[in-house]
Amino acid sequence: MKLRRLLAVSRKEIVQVLRDSRSLLIVLLMPLMLMTVLGYGVNLDTKHIKVWAFDREGSPASQDLLRRFQASIYFDLVRSASDYRTLTDALDDGRCQLAIIVPHDFSARLHDGRVVTIQALVDGSDSNTAQLAIGYAQGVLSGYGSAVQAEFIRASGGPAIMPALSVEARTWFNEELESKNFIVPGVAAVVMAVVGTLLTSLTIAREWERGTMEQLISTPVTALEIILGKLVPYFALGMFDTAVCAAIAVFWFEVPFRGELATLVIGSGLFMTVILGLGFWISVLTKNQLAASQIGLVAAFLPSMLLSGFTFPIEQMPLGVQTFTYLVAARYYVVILKSVFLRGTGIGALAWPALALSIYTLIIVALARRSFHKSLE
Amino acid sequence: MDERLAAVTVSGLVKDFPGVRAIDHLSFEVAHNEIFGIVGPDGAGKTTTMRILAGVLAPDSGHATVAGCDVARDPEAVKHLISYMPQRFGLYEDLSVDENIRFYADLFGVRRIDREARASELLTACGIREFRTRLAGKLSGGMKQKLGLVCALIHTPQVLLLDEPTNGVDPVSRREFWAMLYTLVGQGVTIVNSTAYLDEAERCHRIALLYEGRLLFCDTPAKLKAQMPGAVVAIVSARARQVRDDFADADGVSSLVLVGDAVHLFVDDPDRRIRELTQRLDAHHIPYSEIVRVTPTIEDLFVEAVRGEGAREAGQ
Amino acid sequence: MTANGNSVEVEELVKRFGDFTAVDRISFQSRPGEVFGLLGPNGSGKSTTIRILCGLLHPSAGRATVAGYDVVKSPELIRRNIGYMSQKFSLYGDLTVLENLRFYSGMYGVERSVVQERIGWGLEMAGLRGRESSLTRDLSGGWKQRLALGCAVLHRPPIVFLDEPTSGVDPLSRRLFWELIQRMSDDGVTIFVTTHYMDEAEYCNRLALMYRGSLVALGTPTELKLNSIEGSLLLLECDRLGDAIGRVRAIKGVRDVAVFGNALHLVVSDDADVVSAIQMALEADRIVIARLQQIRPSLEDAFVALTAGRRALPSEAIAQ
Repeated sequence: MKLRRLLAVSRKEIVQVLRDSRSLLIVLLMPLMLMTVLGYGVNLDTKHIKVWAFDREGSPASQDLLRRFQASIYFDLVRSASDYRTLTDALDDGRCQLAIIVPHDFSARLHDGRVVTIQALVDGSDSNTAQLAIGYAQGVLSGYGSAVQAEFIRASGGPAIMPALSVEARTWFNEELESKNFIVPGVAAVVMAVVGTLLTSLTIAREWERGTMEQLISTPVTALEIILGKLVPYFALGMFDTAVCAAIAVFWFEVPFRGELATLVIGSGLFMTVILGLGFWISVLTKNQLAASQIGLVAAFLPSMLLSGFTFPIEQMPLGVQTFTYLVAARYYVVILKSVFLRGTGIGALAWPALALSIYTLIIVALARRSFHKSLE
Repeated sequence: MDERLAAVTVSGLVKDFPGVRAIDHLSFEVAHNEIFGIVGPDGAGKTTTMRILAGVLAPDSGHATVAGCDVARDPEAVKHLISYMPQRFGLYEDLSVDENIRFYADLFGVRRIDREARASELLTACGIREFRTRLAGKLSGGMKQKLGLVCALIHTPQVLLLDEPTNGVDPVSRREFWAMLYTLVGQGVTIVNSTAYLDEAERCHRIALLYEGRLLFCDTPAKLKAQMPGAVVAIVSARARQVRDDFADADGVSSLVLVGDAVHLFVDDPDRRIRELTQRLDAHHIPYSEIVRVTPTIEDLFVEAVRGEGAREAGQ
Repeated sequence: MTANGNSVEVEELVKRFGDFTAVDRISFQSRPGEVFGLLGPNGSGKSTTIRILCGLLHPSAGRATVAGYDVVKSPELIRRNIGYMSQKFSLYGDLTVLENLRFYSGMYGVERSVVQERIGWGLEMAGLRGRESSLTRDLSGGWKQRLALGCAVLHRPPIVFLDEPTSGVDPLSRRLFWELIQRMSDDGVTIFVTTHYMDEAEYCNRLALMYRGSLVALGTPTELKLNSIEGSLLLLECDRLGDAIGRVRAIKGVRDVAVFGNALHLVVSDDADVVSAIQMALEADRIVIARLQQIRPSLEDAFVALTAGRRALPSEAIAQ
């Protein structure tokens, strides 16, 4: 293998990318756009759930209960309705997600020590939010219930009672439980997957379509020199984009960065090689720019988005799908990213995903090499 | 021809594509230092032949050697010794003239000093030196062709393979291109050149006429002309159409074709028939400005050769 | 037709694209039944001229009428009166022969009452009777070409434009094609052919040679061949071609020397002693002359001679 020929291929590729507005757009604008759209758009926090209340009694006690809903960060008590119909209409057209109905004998029942039933109507069309809403609502209610009981006992002259069990929860790694902290690093993985695959998926197909490939393969340059020569500039561009994404994550979205820079660089480098190799392989197989870019987009975007553990935890997926995710390179990269940003673990703990990515790299380059023949057939 | 003496040998070459036999047991040889033309219409198998010789397409059976290397068995070995210019030139439109040259120089391992000297020399010879920094995509057709040639010659190939290099290019650039080819041959390069322009065949030292993948003829253009039975007589007349219609049955005329303002008649004995035809023109009061024997064009010869082949096949 | 019977009239036609002049003040006329050729290399302006005549582009200056209609004022009327056959044949490969004919009869607005008859005529002309249900992409080049011609003339236009019609077609098919064209012109149809292929131009009745947007010459093929070269064209066959070139170039009266395979073509002035001067020079160097005779210039020779004056600068780059 001659380094000179490899570098000639790289040099040509860089010049072409820099002169091609389409490629430049992909390299410079796409990461920014995707980071912004996905970073802000994908928000799994359920806070400020809109609540409407129908207080049938309107007593100080019921008002007190409703104030507790208002005080919770999970709820926004938006309106009070004066009849049942208004409430259900609001649920129907989405003006609220939770409706609370306080019965007309609320205070009387409390005073008598009887069970009080608060009716809660929940919009189940988003079942995740609905379940959380019910859970949070029960939390508010049980908090209120304990307070009422304690007050009752105290008023009857009994000792102050402590609850039987209490849980002291301490959240590691993402103290504020801000979803953006684990979403945004994952976004970086999606962005890199899309950009990397798109760029390389065009390169071989373009040469075939323009007719330059025919002459290229009539020269002494070897298939490996062509593959590696073309990968080098895209690798550099990809790492640059990764740096941009990381910078946006830390400085704009204020995601904490607790790990070592070296780990990020190594992990990103491995992932980049896999993703570029994948795009390259697609380009070799399709020989057609349009098909290559579309296949590349689908092959890169969908798995990274849905199956990498970026938005939906892999552990919650059906077993068959979980097994499939071992093939998704982004899965390993997401693990590395979350560790590096949130957990701050060193490369030692990341041996397993790093190894997986390395193996993946070798396989994909070998596949690309095998599929690329210096022949017109 | 001894294999050692031939720059290119092709023997029993066969190449099939789905539904069609592109090359059908082709055999010919190219001597050193000659311009060899592979001539034929589209679909004749020219490009397929060139691609096999360049080592970018594998034949289905048969042998081919280029510059001493067996291209079927070991195509990579030949690539240091040849240059191939495919129909679409292989130029990178978004790279400048210089950048294109440098790229190919690196691929062939040409040292920088050699490259600069050679590029300078070639660009000047082509007359495109002042466009070194211009993007290849912004050059005219004739200039792209010349740049393609410069890139192909930035190293010194033993055999130069050109696939329809003058397609669509203006006649002036075509002449300049050929002038460069003759110079190259003088410097020891063997050139194999495919073309669908039958008139370009006359510029080659030897030609192979291809039709539907088969070899019709392989020798010098002069021998091809000598091979044609009879001669061609041209009658130039303002009423050429009438001549065409009225003279189809004249004695000794095997076929005729209207060409612009003249009728070309294929006759067996030109001197005798010219006399007879002149009499006939006068008898029918058809005005004419000329009746003269003309050299048959390669196209005429080609048509005759194909007809002859068809007759032979029908006879079998 | 125009009042004086011309099928096509072009007067001082100009077309500019930005500051690039593609067509520079050309003028010519053609008569019904004429096979008129626009000959020139790529970039000479012939495609632009055709597009203006088909009503697809507006001229920057000058006038043009086709079938009596002005290209600027009545482009729609022009399109109804012309047939157009493009280089790539514009046939749908995945339709059958019959389907293509039907499609084009619809496109050209052939009246219902005569559609069947015209399609039948198209099939006859192309020689495709019996192959109506073959897929077009399975036809070879020559058949496609004739089918494309058929599709272009279903509405019997008085003028037909053929854009590089026989590129990529074998010589036999080309001959057949030209016979068809000639029969159409016998019937009074004006045929406009654009080509860069000198051999093809020989089939035309009259030629307009275009180069870099200008009309360089106008006449029959014979006229152009005889009148464009100042002097005569000689063929010289001898041994030691390389030495011969040097010797011959030095002779006064020899204007140009070009290598043609195993021979030389010399453009010489009409002085009687040039030929003997050549013979003496070659004998002096002991070069054996196999043949030295006058030959008729080809259209290519004509073209090169006619454009010599216009190539003041070395080959310019023209943005395509």
